[in-house]
Amino acid sequence: MSDVTTGSEWEVVVGLEVHVELRTATKLFCSCPNSFGDVPNTNVCPVCLGLPGSLPVLNSRAVEMAATVGLALNARVQPSRFHRKNYFYPDMPKDYQISQYDLPICAAGWLDLPDGHRVGVERAHLEEDTGKSTHLGGGGRLHGSDGSLVDYNRAGVPLVEVVSAPDIRSAEQARSYVAELRSILVATGVSDGRMEEGSLRVDANVSVRRRGGTLGTRCEIKNLNSLRSLGRAIEHDAARQVAVVESGRQVSQETRHWNEEGGHTVPLRSKEEAFDYRYFPEPDLVPVEPPGELLDRLASEMPPLPAERRRRLIDLASEGRQPSRAAEDQVATVVDLGLDDLVLGAASRGASTRLALARAANEAATDPSAARGLSVESFAKLVSMEDSGRLSATQAKAVLARMLGEGGSPEQIAASLGYEALDPSQLSAAVETVLATNGAEWQRFVDGDEKVAGFFVGQVMRVTGGKADGRAVRQVLAQRRLDSLAP
Amino acid sequence: MLQSMAERISVEQVAHVARLSRLRLTGEELERFASQMAAVLDHAADVASLDLEQVLPTSHPLPLVNVLRADQPGPTLSQQEVLAAAPEAVDGRFSVPSILAEAP
Repeated sequence: MSDVTTGSEWEVVVGLEVHVELRTATKLFCSCPNSFGDVPNTNVCPVCLGLPGSLPVLNSRAVEMAATVGLALNARVQPSRFHRKNYFYPDMPKDYQISQYDLPICAAGWLDLPDGHRVGVERAHLEEDTGKSTHLGGGGRLHGSDGSLVDYNRAGVPLVEVVSAPDIRSAEQARSYVAELRSILVATGVSDGRMEEGSLRVDANVSVRRRGGTLGTRCEIKNLNSLRSLGRAIEHDAARQVAVVESGRQVSQETRHWNEEGGHTVPLRSKEEAFDYRYFPEPDLVPVEPPGELLDRLASEMPPLPAERRRRLIDLASEGRQPSRAAEDQVATVVDLGLDDLVLGAASRGASTRLALARAANEAATDPSAARGLSVESFAKLVSMEDSGRLSATQAKAVLARMLGEGGSPEQIAASLGYEALDPSQLSAAVETVLATNGAEWQRFVDGDEKVAGFFVGQVMRVTGGKADGRAVRQVLAQRRLDSLAP
Repeated sequence: MLQSMAERISVEQVAHVARLSRLRLTGEELERFASQMAAVLDHAADVASLDLEQVLPTSHPLPLVNVLRADQPGPTLSQQEVLAAAPEAVDGRFSVPSILAEAP
């Protein structure tokens, strides 16, 4: 991929803020449902509406989830407290957002990327989400008006904001960091990971410097709703900043908005304007100090994280050899989609790990949710049928597609599709037919030209209408050659 | 010895805080509030004259931590009740003027 700073004297420095909506049943400080896509302003109560006299009470599950994030990111989970962040946007009816400031619940962790690069995590803190504003453009859809419509269903939904150190050096690394973080959040059950629904929102702090030089002025880029947007925005803004500096001007510290259609960033508001949030301790909430017993329990309940799951599958698939790049990619896909239990289950039932991995990463991955619903027994059976030659590769893929789409056992589906395996006598007969009409090629094979085997397999496939298994054909050919050479 | 807070609160600072709080104050009010805020801060500064070497910072006046509730959904207001407080509502949502040059 193109990167403005590759091979140049410039280096891009990126830190990411990832806002994660927690999958709690209720909001952070009140018992309104935490639910996406409901009728506007129906999951709202006096607390999240900021009505006078209402008081926030902290959601215990949100605390557990935040602590789980901290443990998964190797962070210190510590006594913390809440602050009010004061500002005047209509997306919070209280005119402040309850967040954590000087004492976040998690501090000083790290995340290792699949390529081994370690990114520091400065902090992960709890805060409430804001309401959702829909902006009406100038000349607007409604009565030519220019304004915003606000839905407070999201106001007060629990967020964990994970703030990385400025340890990221490319758009590619930034994408890798968010992808890995997302996998961890999904694996630990704290998030559904749906970037397109805003469950995971990323702001990027981007600056450029001459390699080894002092840090440049950073810009904060918002509206990054996909990994693709994240990568493009970083590359674009790094190039913009390099151009600014090279022309003798200075990068101004500001918040910029990523315009996906236009492929560029535009200034959103001057940082100085909104800089003074007048944080002060939230008087209506007492400190939260996750007790040691809670942390012990959460640690004991921690599921295997993606890095460990990849390692487990790689070890199994590579059988002690150096894993191929293709196998690594397949493992990454399978773990990312949560299909590793399927592959491990098939392998433990004696199916070929290599084949199970390939079918999971290539075919099952086209419909991950259906694939996660497959029974391990059925999947293992399918892989074994292909491995034994009972089904050809093409047939196995068709059977798997049917299993994903409509369900059913692989044996039944194979039978209904007419994938009856050739019995050995039919196969031998087909091979004899082909040999009889291709005497010259047969002689070359007998003389040791192994490449001709592929030709024969193709011919046998043709006369059997694709029902023959390639490996079985090769075995018959090899046996036939041995027989012909015997005295 | 501590510098008096009164000398450290300027009219400009009061104007800044007023702007952040969306308060429109007259010049006379700015002067008056500057001296009043200084008096409040002076009072708080008295604490600094005490020997607090052995006292930990107080993060909250109540001797309580971990006041939590179960993650159980409870009642909400109806959309009509919610929007009753809205100066203007459109499509079940609060209609507000646009602010600054925000996201399109």
